[in-house]
Amino acid sequence: MNHEKEYIEIFDRHRQLIEEPCARLLNIEREKAFIKFKALGFPKSNDEQYRHSNVAKLFATDFGMNLGRININASPAELFTCDVPNLNTRQEFLINDSYYKGGNNKKELPEGVLLGSLNDFAESSHELLAPYYNRLAGNGDSIAQFNTSFVQDGLLLYIPRGVEIEETIQIVTMLHSGIDMMSNRRLLIILGENAKANILICDHSSNNNKSLSTQVSEIFLADGAQLNLYEIEETDNNNARLAQLYVRQNSNSRFNHCNVTLTNGFTRNLTEVVLDGEGAETDISGLVINDKQQHTDNRTLVEHRTPRCNSNELYKYILDENSTAVFAGKMLIRPGAQQTNSQQTNRNLCLTSCARMYAQPQLEIYADDVKCSHGSTVGQLDENALFYMQQRGIPIEEARHLLMFAFAGEVIDKIAIDAIRDRLHMLVEKRFRGELNRCKGCTLCK
Amino acid sequence: MDNLIEIKNLHATIDGKEILKGINLTIKPGEVHAIMGPNGSGKSTLSNVLVGHPAYTVTEGEVIYKGKNLLDMPAEQRSHEGIFLSFQYPVEIAGVSMTNFMRAAINAKREYHGEPTMSAGDFLKMMREKRALVNLDSKLANRSVNEGFSGGEKKRNEIFQMAMLEPTLSILDETDSGLDIDALRIVAEGVNKLKNENTSTLVITHYQRLLDYIKPDIVHVLYNGQIVKTAGPELALELEERGYDWIKNENPA
Repeated sequence: MNHEKEYIEIFDRHRQLIEEPCARLLNIEREKAFIKFKALGFPKSNDEQYRHSNVAKLFATDFGMNLGRININASPAELFTCDVPNLNTRQEFLINDSYYKGGNNKKELPEGVLLGSLNDFAESSHELLAPYYNRLAGNGDSIAQFNTSFVQDGLLLYIPRGVEIEETIQIVTMLHSGIDMMSNRRLLIILGENAKANILICDHSSNNNKSLSTQVSEIFLADGAQLNLYEIEETDNNNARLAQLYVRQNSNSRFNHCNVTLTNGFTRNLTEVVLDGEGAETDISGLVINDKQQHTDNRTLVEHRTPRCNSNELYKYILDENSTAVFAGKMLIRPGAQQTNSQQTNRNLCLTSCARMYAQPQLEIYADDVKCSHGSTVGQLDENALFYMQQRGIPIEEARHLLMFAFAGEVIDKIAIDAIRDRLHMLVEKRFRGELNRCKGCTLCK
Repeated sequence: MDNLIEIKNLHATIDGKEILKGINLTIKPGEVHAIMGPNGSGKSTLSNVLVGHPAYTVTEGEVIYKGKNLLDMPAEQRSHEGIFLSFQYPVEIAGVSMTNFMRAAINAKREYHGEPTMSAGDFLKMMREKRALVNLDSKLANRSVNEGFSGGEKKRNEIFQMAMLEPTLSILDETDSGLDIDALRIVAEGVNKLKNENTSTLVITHYQRLLDYIKPDIVHVLYNGQIVKTAGPELALELEERGYDWIKNENPA
């Protein structure tokens, strides 16, 4: 089971191939990360953080990796057509781990904004990005180190102080290959003081091969910056996703995150938010809809380091058939983080006796003047409500859909952008009705 | 005139315990029947069995409704065929708006009867008209089903739904409980406005006071799972005066 050995060998053998096309900044961090990965290996079964998610076995598959940066001749426009009207977004693509420019971007970006290939910008703007790249993920676990060791590209968004991008930036990540494929991608998002942006990340897969993606995102919000980040996973049963999101917020910054796992295979999402400046606010939420053998593990850490910060967390799961899922959420209130307001809610529906939910809410408080609460429940659809609806003539299946839709709606309603919220309501409804087949929007699947 | 519903020797259990022990009851179109009786006599069980609540098991007897075997129908079909229960404890359904709830109910019924889906405009017009019947605030109609409604609002909402669905047989299960006099009058007036010569009502209550507003043609006393007495409206007044003890003494368990 020592699959890390195989990857250590691959790295040693192909080091030049990996480093050659990459910017110095990526390679400097790669060097450090690889030493850490060698020491750590893949997460072990006794690792509390991975107890219900056997990640090591994912790496047993003999995945292909495009280390030589062979152009796959993919045309984003052909692979992906957004079929929802009124979703006027600016599209950017990460196919496997390579950046592709979207075709629909007519508007000029405001001056000073950098949006595009992380590797290209790391080369051209080394001084600008060096204080950020891998500053948060550098202390991460072995999966973060693995990603940093193998990553060759990804996406950068840099918005200078005071600049606001009104248009939603839609980042479409896709796995596209004729073989079993692994891709390691990276997102770096930096908002200067009072900068504002909306980002929608759609994670798709477009083939029937096995695929594994690691995605490490680092987000820096300077004083007063505001970011809405929405993530939707619409992959398939053959896909494994190991995502890690690290956020650092300075004073009075606002971060809203909603992560929706609509269709997937095996998913582990780590979200770590550090509130490092007075008055910072964060609102993170997630919705998971699983059936078959699907597995979703959401782990969150919200760390309050400074006084008068607010955090709010809402994660809801609907588990059908033999699916399994994990919610492990920790709120950590550091000494001195007085007048913290922190709330965490986790609600889960298990629709069958085979579905399994592991819920682990955690609260660690080292300050004495705080308001913190957390709650977690696991249950079934309300029988009384179902019967009440049936008595009014609503067929049982429709009644179940209405209840599930209502349950999910609470998370989706947090999305501030009308078009995205409406789209998600529609997608969730289709998902419950079984009308959502793998990835909506990929022409290859239709 | 044909019977609307004919209940013959109905026995029913919950969790293996027999609650109904041979009910016989016939209601003709246009009639109002009242069922009274002490706590635990089986009144709510009877209403739940008639609407097909899954917790109850019918062990013996039959129910013929509009010439069909009622007990063979799933709960939603009984609703489509015109049976309505005003719940003693209306259920709160978080996140499902009254509008979506009613639209799903109306359209399911129309589909069952082979009618086209109602247009959004017609549906909203119907909601407005029926709401006025029970003075239900339009704000309540935009909220989640029964969520945060007061006791009186919940009962008015039941009658509003009854008005929307235009049932043939309405069962009012202790609709008067938790209502003050004003709310009671509004609810009763709503019920009376919905009545015609083809629709029947089964009123389940402890007290005479609701029957001051909804005049019954026939009053039954249910005790220990059986109907032990049937008479005209004067029986309700007698019960009000004498209580239930004399019934219990006449019918030792």
